[in-house]
Amino acid sequence: MKHDVILRVGVKLLLPFILLFALYVHYHGDYGPGGGFQAGVISAGMIILYALVFGVDRAKRIAPEWLVERLVPAGVLIYASAGLPAMFAGKNYLDYTIYSHDPLHGHEWGVLLVETGVIVTVAATMTAIFYAFVDRGRSA
Amino acid sequence: MTALTTFLEHYNYFITIFLMVSGLYIVIARGNMIKKLVGLSLFQTSVYLLYVAPGKIIGGTAPIFDRAYTVYSNPLPHVLILTAIVVGVATLALGLALVVRINEAYGTIEEDEIFSADGEI
Amino acid sequence: MELFTNAVLLTLLAIVTVAIARQRSLFGVVILSGIYSFLMASVLIVLDAVDVAMTEASVGAGISTVILLATLHLTKSIEYPKPRNTLLPLFVSVFVGAALVWGTIDLPAFGTADAPIHRHTTPRYISDAQDHRIAPNIVTAVLADYRSFDTMGETAVIFTGGIGVVLLLKGRRRRRPGKTAGEGMS
Repeated sequence: MKHDVILRVGVKLLLPFILLFALYVHYHGDYGPGGGFQAGVISAGMIILYALVFGVDRAKRIAPEWLVERLVPAGVLIYASAGLPAMFAGKNYLDYTIYSHDPLHGHEWGVLLVETGVIVTVAATMTAIFYAFVDRGRSA
Repeated sequence: MTALTTFLEHYNYFITIFLMVSGLYIVIARGNMIKKLVGLSLFQTSVYLLYVAPGKIIGGTAPIFDRAYTVYSNPLPHVLILTAIVVGVATLALGLALVVRINEAYGTIEEDEIFSADGEI
Repeated sequence: MELFTNAVLLTLLAIVTVAIARQRSLFGVVILSGIYSFLMASVLIVLDAVDVAMTEASVGAGISTVILLATLHLTKSIEYPKPRNTLLPLFVSVFVGAALVWGTIDLPAFGTADAPIHRHTTPRYISDAQDHRIAPNIVTAVLADYRSFDTMGETAVIFTGGIGVVLLLKGRRRRRPGKTAGEGMS
């Protein structure tokens, strides 16, 4: 598919909008359908689409393998550590009210933090799975 | 007449059961491992339906709060299934990775051939 | 109208399932399961589960189709047409199905507002959203706020699955054993 002009140009035009949509889904998850899980899958889909059209080697230049594999546990750590400040402040683990004086804003900040952990883990896991399958095929 | 009404009122459940049973049938009856995994994911998606369908209220709307609406469908099954879908694809990928390794070790993904290679049949 | 759309989509879902069970070419199976996922997403939209529908459309029809196709590339794409005894599986399936149907008859009818599922905890979520104690999207609020421990566990499961795939496929490729398959497998 590397030599198809329509695919190359079309995909290049589409990619930023896919990423923008993923970020919209992530940050607008409090007000519309969406959240970290969907946004993570959509942004992994962007990298997979790029890899399908331009080859995995070029995809690994925008999402290096070492980075992807480190982001998989990093997301879980972000999620788990989002609950720690509340514990040090003497409240329950994952109690979001300490993030702001207004309880509603505190909850929104907490949800955003936690969803950031989710998007990082989901996007990195899906990309890592894709890389693992593709590399297995190339080394055969 | 009552039988027909009962059937229509439970049509959702019957289709869910049909999907679940077809998934079960594919898992038991087919020897190909990729087919088995697709059957397993059919079974899994039928569970999504089983959870989400009872949460629906006719005339209700999606559980996103707005002043214009008062009746919302139940958000709790949506939450449970949302995470289950993403976990499902991670476990499907794990199963497929095992299939790839089995294919490298045995040269086949048919269950019967693997058993005969091991001398179990 | 809602009921009619729902019934039509569910019937299409059942037809696609039969096609998946009968299809011998694995490529066909993969494409049909993509169609199945899109139909499932449509059904979920009719059932008001917009968040779930979005996830199912992107995960079921996107990522799993890509991974299944990658696996087909690494293995064989034709199912072995070996005759296998299908009588016992058919009997087991029909028996399980009949038992489940017998169990569902007593369930509350589809779409009724006074079913037991709507009486417990859900009214509190909705009234909290009305009082602006949580964000308007109740699904996100329940997912990341009320049930955040649950979601942390799910994230850990996704992490474990991904690490498992990487460990299984990144390792050194072992020589394919010939006749002495038994010893090479340990």
